[in-house]
Amino acid sequence: MNHPLHLWLIPLLPLAGAAINGFFGKKASRQGVSAVALLGSGAAFAMAFFVAVRFSSLSLPYQEVFAHWIRSGNFSVDFAFYLDQLSLVMLLVVTGVGFLIHVYSVGYMWEDPSFYRFFAYLNLFMFFMLTLVLASNYLLMFIGWEGVGLASYLLIGFWFTKDSAASAGKKAFIVNRIGDFGFLIGLFLLIQHFGSLNFQRVFEMVRPLPAETSGAGLLTAIGILLMVGACGKSAQIPLYVWLPDAMEGPTPVSALIHAATMVTAGVYMISRSHVIFERAPIALTAVAIIGTLTAFFAATIGVAQTDIKKVLAYSTVSQLGYMFMACGVGAFSAGIFHLMTHAFFKGLLFLAAGSVIHGVGSEQDMRKMGGLRSYMPWTFLTMGIATLAIAGIPPLAGFWSKDEILWKVYSQGSWVFWLIGVITALITSFYMFRLMYMTFAGDYRGQDEHELVVAGRAHGHDAHGLPHESPAVMLVPLIILAVLSLVGGLVGIGDRFEHFLAPVFEQSVPLSAAAEASSAIAETGGRGTEWLLMGISVTLAFLGWYLAYLLYSKKPELPQKIAGALGGFYNAVVHKYYIDELYAAVFIKPLIDGSTRILWHGVDQGIIDAVVNESAEGARHVSDEVRHMQSGNLRSYAGWIAAGAAAVIAYMIWIWVKA
Amino acid sequence: MVPLSYYLVLSGILFACGVAGFLIKRNIITIFMSIELMLNGVNLSFVAFAVHWHALAGQIFVFFVMVVAAAEAAVGLAIIIAVYRTRETLNVDQVNLLKL
Repeated sequence: MNHPLHLWLIPLLPLAGAAINGFFGKKASRQGVSAVALLGSGAAFAMAFFVAVRFSSLSLPYQEVFAHWIRSGNFSVDFAFYLDQLSLVMLLVVTGVGFLIHVYSVGYMWEDPSFYRFFAYLNLFMFFMLTLVLASNYLLMFIGWEGVGLASYLLIGFWFTKDSAASAGKKAFIVNRIGDFGFLIGLFLLIQHFGSLNFQRVFEMVRPLPAETSGAGLLTAIGILLMVGACGKSAQIPLYVWLPDAMEGPTPVSALIHAATMVTAGVYMISRSHVIFERAPIALTAVAIIGTLTAFFAATIGVAQTDIKKVLAYSTVSQLGYMFMACGVGAFSAGIFHLMTHAFFKGLLFLAAGSVIHGVGSEQDMRKMGGLRSYMPWTFLTMGIATLAIAGIPPLAGFWSKDEILWKVYSQGSWVFWLIGVITALITSFYMFRLMYMTFAGDYRGQDEHELVVAGRAHGHDAHGLPHESPAVMLVPLIILAVLSLVGGLVGIGDRFEHFLAPVFEQSVPLSAAAEASSAIAETGGRGTEWLLMGISVTLAFLGWYLAYLLYSKKPELPQKIAGALGGFYNAVVHKYYIDELYAAVFIKPLIDGSTRILWHGVDQGIIDAVVNESAEGARHVSDEVRHMQSGNLRSYAGWIAAGAAAVIAYMIWIWVKA
Repeated sequence: MVPLSYYLVLSGILFACGVAGFLIKRNIITIFMSIELMLNGVNLSFVAFAVHWHALAGQIFVFFVMVVAAAEAAVGLAIIIAVYRTRETLNVDQVNLLKL
């Protein structure tokens, strides 16, 4: 028997923080606001840590019903929380990274006039994210899912006076809505066929079902719909377009929501639903294909971006593609492993980028940076570690998780996925080191000393001056995350992480005979192959590094020439393959035109407004005529009375004659 | 004995004359007289019915009508004098300040 863990406290603590800051923060001091916000997220982390300490003594999965919610016939949904190895990993990542980013934000947002609003939103996000992670049924998960979408919208549009930020927020919300639509239909199918949304009950009913190998069936349909939802939230093709635009938000938001936690919700949801996906090979293959394409596609876009945050945004999309790839071949634990290490190093990359942006005075264009290494050594060091980690250089975190994915993809999936995966790894390494060289190496390309003096005289305190290192409150989270990026991958040595998650994923059914055979190979004679593949990917990572060094440090004139030689293709990459323009032409413009012509001018103005206006107009016309009767002329009144009396008399005579 | 219908026809004719005068005439005093004519037309029918049915109620009603008519004449003539003093006309079409 378990002692109660009071899991409900974990999401509710940040919610309390959000409420206090949201309602009373406006008049409170910055110190007070940050204390409340840090207390909210820090207490959640402490609780999560407490749960982790007690974890081994629990009988899993641990469930806790907080309150009843919906009771309708046989169908019931509760506010209930669910803890197993998977949710524990997510819990620790969300609260841990979330808390660090809260600390960092205190420094980053200190000057902002809406300081309290930022932290209220950030705590609100933590509440919804923890609800998502801890939910014991799909509906509660969906609440968290929508809630993080809301928090994301609020935070992307945090500087809502800026038009681009406001529209980026809307874009994120609307694109996510498309995915949520799929998710919701999937839930309806679950209710219709299984009569429940509780994870355990649904999975118990799904487990005896055979895998739908011969053709698409119910589980495939549910799987595909859930995948659509995950594609929206986790920014996969074709719904990835919102994530790069989401960089309009403050940088800590990009780190927390659009790199470390929220965007991984899709991966978490697919892993949570692994019982369904394992029995729907078609849906699973779709996940793998989408993930692989996204990983490659986004990486190539990242190569040509000049905005430091845009590079990281496309990198995030690409890394999420890796996670999808892993889930798609049934290697859910590898996907979750990469999710965790990615949270460390991508969160760190964004925070370090934020530190750079902070240090050079809100400049995001890498062409105006350079040489920052000497100005901000700590930022350089930590960002360098994160870059090594994401590039897959051993023994940093990214190496272990990415290699795990590539190996699983090769052994359980297909060599095609693996090939695209390693090429993506090469590109990843290239664009990340390109970012490092452009930002930190060479000479500072911002304002030169002379301009600084002039600008300083002209604008007084407005001029930012030379780049400077960020305050300690921002550097400490960077250093902690750097340590995690260094050693975070070590938990994966000897498949320890996989074994830890094994109870969650153990009921896996073999995907196909071929996959079973290949995993048998993996168990026995696959070690050699694994080492070979590992060698290839590490070599490619170093190759990417060397290429970046060659192009952006040794021969800085080369990139221009290559870009010139590539011509149209290079332009297409710079413009993100014109995907936004394509969507605008194919979906948005017809939608707006249709809405304008048919729905607005046609239905609304033509029918609804017309009915209202015409009836009012008709009433006016009638009364216009009738009001002349009420002229104020006594004799005309008397005339009407006389006429009326005459009419009555005539009627009575008629009655009399008839009788 | 004159039949009831004669009285009623005469009463109707008097009333109709009153109505016509009220509608057609412009002079307030003429209108006023038309009203008196209508009242007296009605009085005639009251009296005729009272005789016909041997009921006194009709004759008592006539007294009431006469009292009201006298009061009305007093008030009405006073108003007419006041109107004439302020507007120097007795044409109703020109006394139309309150009209739409």
